[in-house]
Amino acid sequence: MSTKAASEEDIEKLDLGESRTEVDRQLKSIIADVLGLDTDQTDLFTADTGLFGHLPELDSMAVAGLLTELEDRLHIVIEDDDIDGEMLETYGGLLTFAETKVIEG
Amino acid sequence: MIGNWPAPLPDGSTSDEMVVKFDSGRSERLLIIPPLFEEANTLRRFTIEVMRRLDESGKDTFLPDLAGLNESLAPLAGQSLSNWQRSVSAAQLQFGATHILGIRSGALLLAPDNANGFVYAPQSGANLLRNMLRARIIASREYGIEETTEQLSEEGRVGGLELAGWAIGSTLFRELETAKFEAREKCIEIEQDRLGGAGLWLRAEPADDDNQSRKLALLIQSEMSIR
Repeated sequence: MSTKAASEEDIEKLDLGESRTEVDRQLKSIIADVLGLDTDQTDLFTADTGLFGHLPELDSMAVAGLLTELEDRLHIVIEDDDIDGEMLETYGGLLTFAETKVIEG
Repeated sequence: MIGNWPAPLPDGSTSDEMVVKFDSGRSERLLIIPPLFEEANTLRRFTIEVMRRLDESGKDTFLPDLAGLNESLAPLAGQSLSNWQRSVSAAQLQFGATHILGIRSGALLLAPDNANGFVYAPQSGANLLRNMLRARIIASREYGIEETTEQLSEEGRVGGLELAGWAIGSTLFRELETAKFEAREKCIEIEQDRLGGAGLWLRAEPADDDNQSRKLALLIQSEMSIR
């Protein structure tokens, strides 16, 4: 079983529907702040919406800032080992990662 | 509006650096120390916008380049936080500044004996380095190179390190690891939530926000008149 599938299952088990929505809301708000978008534009994001490697303005420095902001707003710590291309590539990947971190506390 | 000023160098000589200024010889004169590195670019337009508004309300403002930063031709690798702190004090004298504003990591360059002033959303050196190290780790991974914060930090402390295109010398790296703005009575801390909206330093591309620059200028101008 992949890590991603396991974490999604964990989320279901813990019945964190509400916190899942909250993480989704926070993440969209941060991306809106980074890209200078309105939240109604980020509301259109789906799991497949491309991020790092798809948006030219989203370079490594902007992604680093985004992750630091994510740490501050969700009270999580992101380790070097957590960062990989898959997690940063799509909105769905980043959301799953953030949700997992929130559950791990 | 654009001038030059002699910025001190670590070896005791000076380097001719650029300064953006609104100088009409008025009595209230604000020296602005921009953030270090990338955020200086991201926030430049916002900073100049704040200067324009302060000019309209009768305040002179000065935004000097420090050696190794912005348009400076001096190599960044030879610069240090302590020399930049000396430069800020020299700039204060040079421009006859009555007040000083440190923006984000620019707050790290303010000394306790500087003029009365402000810091806007001060960032610690550790936080600044963390972001830059993370950016480097992300970029390296794209090329299949695995790096860690710990290993890069060790390299930075010993021989300096290039982070997100900035050649940071070992002295500056070590200084940044522990640098932090310490609250002081003569310096008002302005947090982002007082401006409304998210900090513009988060933006992937430089941006401005009329509402935020207006609010920051208003906060500064009202305090400058009474302190």
